Amino acid sequence: MDWQALNVSLLLAGLTALILTPVGVFIARKLAWSRFAGRNFIQALIALPLILPPTVLGFYLMISLGELSPLGRFYQGIAGESLVFSFEGILLASIIFNIPFAVQPVQRSFESIPINEREAARSTGLSGRPTIWRIELPLAWPGIVSAGILTIAHTLGEFGVVLMVGGNLAGETRTVAIAIYDRVQAFDNTGAATMSAALLMISLLSITLIYFLTDRAGHHERR
Amino acid sequence: MKDAESIQVRLQQDGPIPLDVSLSCNTGEILVILGPSGSGKTTILRAVSGLYTPASGNIRCHEEQWLDTAAGVNLPVQQRRIGMVFQHYALFPHKTALQNIMIALQRYTPGSKRVTAEKLLRTMNMEGLGERYPHQLSGGQQQRVALARALARDPGVLLLDEPFSAVDQQTRRKLVRELVTLRQQFRWPVIHVTHDLNEARRIADRLCVIHRGKTLQSDTPDQVMNHPDNAEVASLIGHYNIFSARVVEHDQDAGTSRIEWNGHTLDAPHRPEFEPEEETDWVIPADSIILHRRDRPSRGERENPIAGHIEELVPLGENTSIAMATGREQSLYLTVPTHVARRNKLSQGGDITVSLLSESIHLMKKIRG
Repeated sequence: MDWQALNVSLLLAGLTALILTPVGVFIARKLAWSRFAGRNFIQALIALPLILPPTVLGFYLMISLGELSPLGRFYQGIAGESLVFSFEGILLASIIFNIPFAVQPVQRSFESIPINEREAARSTGLSGRPTIWRIELPLAWPGIVSAGILTIAHTLGEFGVVLMVGGNLAGETRTVAIAIYDRVQAFDNTGAATMSAALLMISLLSITLIYFLTDRAGHHERR
Repeated sequence: MKDAESIQVRLQQDGPIPLDVSLSCNTGEILVILGPSGSGKTTILRAVSGLYTPASGNIRCHEEQWLDTAAGVNLPVQQRRIGMVFQHYALFPHKTALQNIMIALQRYTPGSKRVTAEKLLRTMNMEGLGERYPHQLSGGQQQRVALARALARDPGVLLLDEPFSAVDQQTRRKLVRELVTLRQQFRWPVIHVTHDLNEARRIADRLCVIHRGKTLQSDTPDQVMNHPDNAEVASLIGHYNIFSARVVEHDQDAGTSRIEWNGHTLDAPHRPEFEPEEETDWVIPADSIILHRRDRPSRGERENPIAGHIEELVPLGENTSIAMATGREQSLYLTVPTHVARRNKLSQGGDITVSLLSESIHLMKKIRG
């Protein structure tokens, strides 16, 4: 077992979920309840990482984060190091390819809150912010939790994008998924098997947890 | 002295939902807005609550200006003191009955919130059910929680959007009775929206008939039912016998106006505002058409007698509904007790004669345009 790789994976997954969840909630709420020009295009953009081959996404990210791109140069200017082949680089990549997982479940949750319940909140005298905290977020909670777990699970399992952007640097960009590939290449099937089993268990557990949470929420709430 | 109008509403817009509404409601009064579905009655309620902003309008509630589009005044929903009960209650599913009510008690201290909410639940005969979640309550109980939540804000007006439509008949009767009792106890103006004519008649102090977003008539239920302003109102409140006729002459001494309809001459109550020869609409309630009984002839039979044959005979429990052909195209609709229909051996195609009670014939001005 490559504990260092597991450490990188968990840190990457945790930070991605931590940063992305609030952003996801914000975007999801807008998409669920507002109608504006370009809404469908934005939804398509958000869904794009679901269907694009990870190598394609990884390629574009590598180009746009590299030293030849304005973003890459800007980052190098302030941080003094390159975004590609760094932990910060794969974190940024991970945030981008996880957007659909962080937005879509939350959007579905918001959409399933009947408009009457939001109107009832206002008619009882609640203004905007208390309505969000006391009515909307608790009702969208199953979706938010799902999004968080999905983001973590998906980050743990991501391979192509991380490899394209981060390469395979021990302690910096080598995640468990890459370590498994690395072990197989080195004919260390035992090492690969241990880590594969670990990843399998984590994935299965998190998906079970999502079903458990959404089932309980659904059971509790609607007539 | 007459109470000042507690809430006055004027709404006007051409689209997307046309509105041309003017209504008012006093403290302790139940104003029922009656209209078919799609008539804009829920939009009116939403406009009063602030959930919908019309192109032009003016709403005043207890000396407080809620909306004045001309002056750019438009209070947001949470600043209007309303109590609103939604059609499907819209209780917060993640909160208990008690918490649902406490949400509306923002300005109370945490301790007094609970006490006040519990008191409100008691008023609704819901003691001991405060810890239940909405899905653990019956429809009627949910409705009571929704009402308690609406009252918790000490509203300037209570707005009810078809609140009894989602419960069974028996619960509905009980809830209606409770609402009327509560109203006497608390004394707010109540605006109640429904498409159910019977419900409207039972609870309304004032009935406002709406069609295509327009107030057609606003008056006491009796007045609206017996003296609809025009044929459109008459048809909306469930009258079948609406016809056109020509005014023949007035007889001031006898207190009658004579009209000619379908080849018959009928006596109606004296209405000098109609000119002789004027085309008019008229209406008669189905229960004011009296069957001439073979088993028991009476002297009333000289009153506007009309002969014809039975076109259709539909027994509906205690009463039987009869469509009667009167010679030309138009049919009269009447209801008779089913036992009378049986005793008189009424059957489809059979001949009958009836009297139209002259005092129940109501003349209406033709709608222009």
